[in-house]
Amino acid sequence: MLRFLGRRLVSMVFVLFSISVLSFLIFFATPGVDPAARIAGKNADQATLRAVRKDFGLDKPLPVRYAVMMEKLFITRDLTSYVNRGAKVIPQVTQAAPVTLSLVLGAAVIWVILSIAMGLLAAVFRGKPIDTAVMIVGLIGISMPVFWLGEVVNLLTQSRFHNTAVFSWVPPLGYTPFTQSPFGWFKSLFFPWLTLSILYIGIYARVLRSALVEAQEEDYVRTARAKGLTERRVMMRHALRTSLIAFVSLFGLDFGALVGGGALLTEVVFGLHGVGKLTFDSLQNLDLPVILATVIYAAFFVVAANAVVDLLYAWLDPRVRRA
Amino acid sequence: MTEAFADTAPVRAAEPATVGASPWALARRRLLRNRVAMVMAGVLALIVAACLCAPLYAAHVAHTEPFRSHLDATTLVNGKRVPVMEQSSTGLGLGVTPIGPTWDPRHYFLGADDQGRDVAARLLYGGRNSLLIGAASALITCFFATSIGIVAGFFGGFVDGILSRALDVVWAFPVYLLAISLSTVLIAKGFAVGPFRLESGSLFLPIAIIGLVYIPYVARPIRGEVLSLRQREFVEAAIGLGASTWRLLWSDVLRNVITTAIVFFPLMLAIDMLTEAALSFLSIGVQEPNASWGTIILDGQGLLYTRPAVALAPGIAIAVTVLALNVLGDGVRDALDPRAKLRRTD
Repeated sequence: MLRFLGRRLVSMVFVLFSISVLSFLIFFATPGVDPAARIAGKNADQATLRAVRKDFGLDKPLPVRYAVMMEKLFITRDLTSYVNRGAKVIPQVTQAAPVTLSLVLGAAVIWVILSIAMGLLAAVFRGKPIDTAVMIVGLIGISMPVFWLGEVVNLLTQSRFHNTAVFSWVPPLGYTPFTQSPFGWFKSLFFPWLTLSILYIGIYARVLRSALVEAQEEDYVRTARAKGLTERRVMMRHALRTSLIAFVSLFGLDFGALVGGGALLTEVVFGLHGVGKLTFDSLQNLDLPVILATVIYAAFFVVAANAVVDLLYAWLDPRVRRA
Repeated sequence: MTEAFADTAPVRAAEPATVGASPWALARRRLLRNRVAMVMAGVLALIVAACLCAPLYAAHVAHTEPFRSHLDATTLVNGKRVPVMEQSSTGLGLGVTPIGPTWDPRHYFLGADDQGRDVAARLLYGGRNSLLIGAASALITCFFATSIGIVAGFFGGFVDGILSRALDVVWAFPVYLLAISLSTVLIAKGFAVGPFRLESGSLFLPIAIIGLVYIPYVARPIRGEVLSLRQREFVEAAIGLGASTWRLLWSDVLRNVITTAIVFFPLMLAIDMLTEAALSFLSIGVQEPNASWGTIILDGQGLLYTRPAVALAPGIAIAVTVLALNVLGDGVRDALDPRAKLRRTD
């Protein structure tokens, strides 16, 4: 186990390093693009351009520039945005992170509970109308663009039906910190949670259903039946347990990607100033230092989630460790 | 994987009933029997046909130019001539609101956007771009993923090590963030490397970017499949018979993994269309005055509470198209791969 752990850590560091190089290259070495003009923002004067070139060492060779950038990001932590003059990048990211975490955590709770319920329902009633209905609902959820769904939700709750008893409690778009008012936090995030979770409910319910259906053919389920266990016990204790392995690994990856900024579209539509929105805003005015920081922050979460999933896997299934 | 036996099956010519149908014919028959998938294929064909007719609709039915603003234009509603941009009657009466849906195909069927452009005509033109970008990028993904998967899986060793690491790195990048990063850098100025030149605003930019970011999702399962094919008897037999590398790759490996690429195609097309919509919604996909379903949703965002049809219509179009593609894709998978080796989440 220890050797596996060590190997996994080395590969994680390697992937993180590659991602930082890749994103650095995208922003600083794309042919035909002058990074100084990008960092300085639109319509920057010559003095600013010179300052940027000196500040980021843009006159030096590529590896030195990479080192300068990483030093500013991780060691001195004083990477500054030129578009929003003087705004430090790192505090912006640490302020946005709790918003994204709140959004993704709540949505994850909803989608895990609902998708397990739907997947179980569909598998138990396989081939019956309930199965078809559940799978169709899931498929519709997968097929809708999340930002569009968010706009429809806004249209209903903020405008068309806002003055009815059903939706009058919905606060205006925006985020209320948990520390300020837990109930306000809940109210402001309720519909964003639902919107974000709909896509994942569909995917996870389908994954769980097919894993459960496959498990029905396995020897251990036949053994459990032969022992005379009730159908309910066979399903919940034997089939569901192993079927959740695929579910858990998928969850780790999606959770990591969402915390890392994958919830961007939901945040934009609901006016939540999370990491995704920060990325989006910095994209709008091409604030390269912020974009670079958020991309690397995001990649870190994805890689960390990947590693955690692999470790969980290895812990659940000894065959993986030897592979 | 039954190709090897298919040719040798019809030994006794006297009994035509035992002639083995080719796996493709079997798959086609299975797909044609899948009624839900066929209905969805019909829906898809209708949508594609409607979008292809966009210029006809704009020129001969709606008589409008959907890529220019028409702020001073007028139109007929119930026989009365009204301005397309209505003067606001609330507040200070300063703003203008575009006309809402008239449900008359000749005069602003779905209303106008904030430039006074016919939303219905733009919806059809936008559909052409959305479908084109989706299909082209899905083709790019499947082509490169199959090539990379085959090379990595077949040659193994050092080549595999390099290619697999590269795939891992791209895979670890959140898809949307990678696409967004590439788009931001490239969309403003375009891209030029040697003889290759992509102008900014070109549709090839979103096509290339979306096609590129999804390669690992298809290449990894294909590589896995090639790895196991490499160990099969018929490949060893071909090697034993002295078949050249090209022959092995072409007739033993490619022919067996091509089904996987085909199964992935409609599902990637669905995902690519959603990605295109997202990029265009973030204004880093299709560029004005060109339209796609994503840009029309963006146009409709400012009008959401006054003229919701502008944002609702393209969203419904995307949802229906993607749903049809997903169902059809599941049908293709069941037809080509009845034991469902491939899961859409691999």
